[in-house]
Amino acid sequence: MELIVSLGIGVLAGSGVWLLLRPRTFQVIIGLSLLSYAVNLFIFFMGWVRGGRAPIVEAGTAPDFARFADPLPQALVLTAIVISFATTALLLVVVLAARGLTGTDHVDGRESGE
Amino acid sequence: MNAMEHLIVVPIALPLATAALVTLVDERRLWLKGAISLASIAAVIGVAIVLMATAGSPRAYALGGWPAPFGIVLVADRLSIAMVALAAVLALAATVFSLARWHRASPRFHALVQFLLMGLDGAFLTGDLFNLFVFFELLLAASYGLALYGSGTARVQASLHYIVINLVASLFFLVGVSLIYGVTGTLNMADLAHRIPAVPAGDRFLVEAGAAVMSLAFLVKAGMWPLGFWLPPAYAAASAPAAALLCILSKVGFYAVLRLWLLLFGGETYGAFLAAAGMATLAFAIVGVLASQSLGRIASYSLLASSGMLLAALGVGGAAAVGAALYYLAASTLGIAALFLLTELVQRARQPGADVIALTAEAFGMDAAEEGEDEPGIAIPAVMAVLGLSFMGCALLVAGLPPFPGFVGKFALLAAVLRPQGTGPAAWTLLALVMLSGLASLVALARAGMRIFWATEWRTLPRVRVIEIAPVGMLLTLLLVLTVAAGPAMTYFQRAAHELAARSGYIEAVLGRP
Repeated sequence: MELIVSLGIGVLAGSGVWLLLRPRTFQVIIGLSLLSYAVNLFIFFMGWVRGGRAPIVEAGTAPDFARFADPLPQALVLTAIVISFATTALLLVVVLAARGLTGTDHVDGRESGE
Repeated sequence: MNAMEHLIVVPIALPLATAALVTLVDERRLWLKGAISLASIAAVIGVAIVLMATAGSPRAYALGGWPAPFGIVLVADRLSIAMVALAAVLALAATVFSLARWHRASPRFHALVQFLLMGLDGAFLTGDLFNLFVFFELLLAASYGLALYGSGTARVQASLHYIVINLVASLFFLVGVSLIYGVTGTLNMADLAHRIPAVPAGDRFLVEAGAAVMSLAFLVKAGMWPLGFWLPPAYAAASAPAAALLCILSKVGFYAVLRLWLLLFGGETYGAFLAAAGMATLAFAIVGVLASQSLGRIASYSLLASSGMLLAALGVGGAAAVGAALYYLAASTLGIAALFLLTELVQRARQPGADVIALTAEAFGMDAAEEGEDEPGIAIPAVMAVLGLSFMGCALLVAGLPPFPGFVGKFALLAAVLRPQGTGPAAWTLLALVMLSGLASLVALARAGMRIFWATEWRTLPRVRVIEIAPVGMLLTLLLVLTVAAGPAMTYFQRAAHELAARSGYIEAVLGRP
């Protein structure tokens, strides 16, 4: 399971970085989204002990981490998701403005040959 | 908990409330928005002065009354209060400057400034790592708006790079925070300072890797050499009041590095890395300053130079150089902000199209109406003399010559760096680079000044209003005060440095035990 999770995060992050380095603004946005998914999963799995455990301490049992998942990373990841969602939306507006002003979707505002 | 303790939360809560309030005010009543905004900033400055005057040992404020390692705490020590005051002074200068005409470009200007101020104050005051991330995002979101403020191709282009790079940096921040949390199980900075030495040796590298990944986010903001290429275009393209405010943004990065490096790792390791990176930044900034044609770019590279100098001094001098570094930080931030404000006034004097490279206001598509000659308000007499004198003041300050505190700051920094390890090659390299950067700034600014003020053909004298030159005058006066009162100011910053180095006061304030 650890291997699958790590591979998943790695593939997401790798694709994200590759897209981020592409010259088109749309690719950059998709790259950023993939990268933020990878980071969100990474945070989430920091508090994940084993499957099937809710982040709730049951009444009458000792509060040890073998019985429940750590709730804090789940709270953190919610915040991180909201923030990255909002900033990506903001970036989208800037990208559209740049497209309108420069007439190209190249990140430098001009085609590389010009 | 008495009323004094609640003062700590005011620099965050008040700008937030004000931002909401000015958003609700009708767009046609811009002056009302400006007045509310100014009142809020003045109140934050007042709170910062009270906190500074009563500063003793660090004070913690548990948000919502939750006890320390579980709830989020704000911590006001000398360093964070001084940074809050610095941010508020810059916000005051930028807001007053914008009242002349910039705030008319969009009704959201004052709200953006308030949100930025809130994010800055939060980042300075918070004692929680994840909360630091949230406040970083808040101040970045506001700064994106400010960097774009006024629109135009150059701004949108530069801001696109700025936003993408800082979004990636924020993701690095998250990875770093979660790595540290995964190993230590806490996000409270004071608690982390306790737990990190107790981390088993096998997991130690994970904490250090987390801290390193996280520092990337801070160093991007500080504009450290290979990470700072976005900074000069974005700052040079930003509107004058926004650029003046963004000056403090690069210092937030430095602040975070300083705080976490000293608190979590005791400032022992990685000094050599900071020294090398800082010196590389400084060298890059020297070349950049000399190669720049427009004043805005010269100011941006001066900002990079000050970042580089601070990082290098921290790396070479360690905890001993922190006091002097903080004094230099305050002086250079105020001075470069004044230079950014002045840049626009001076650019206005140049004939349109006379200098293609210079980024004039026209290039950014400011409306013809905004450029209108018959604006209300009092124009200042002897405009070139006033602008020339202010420019000279800024140039002297950035170059680090007396009577401005850039000189005192650099001198104290070098004294601190050279005293303990005067024979080390790193200290001597830093000395040479600092001297060179002063010379380069002087050459670049003198060249720009000659072209602007000694030009023979003046088609029209620029019309500069009192309200535009007043913030520049205020910043320069404040800098003179900082020189005259260098003794008390330095004592304050030295105490702040001692607090940082000792750590126990901070930890005790937060956790209630040493």
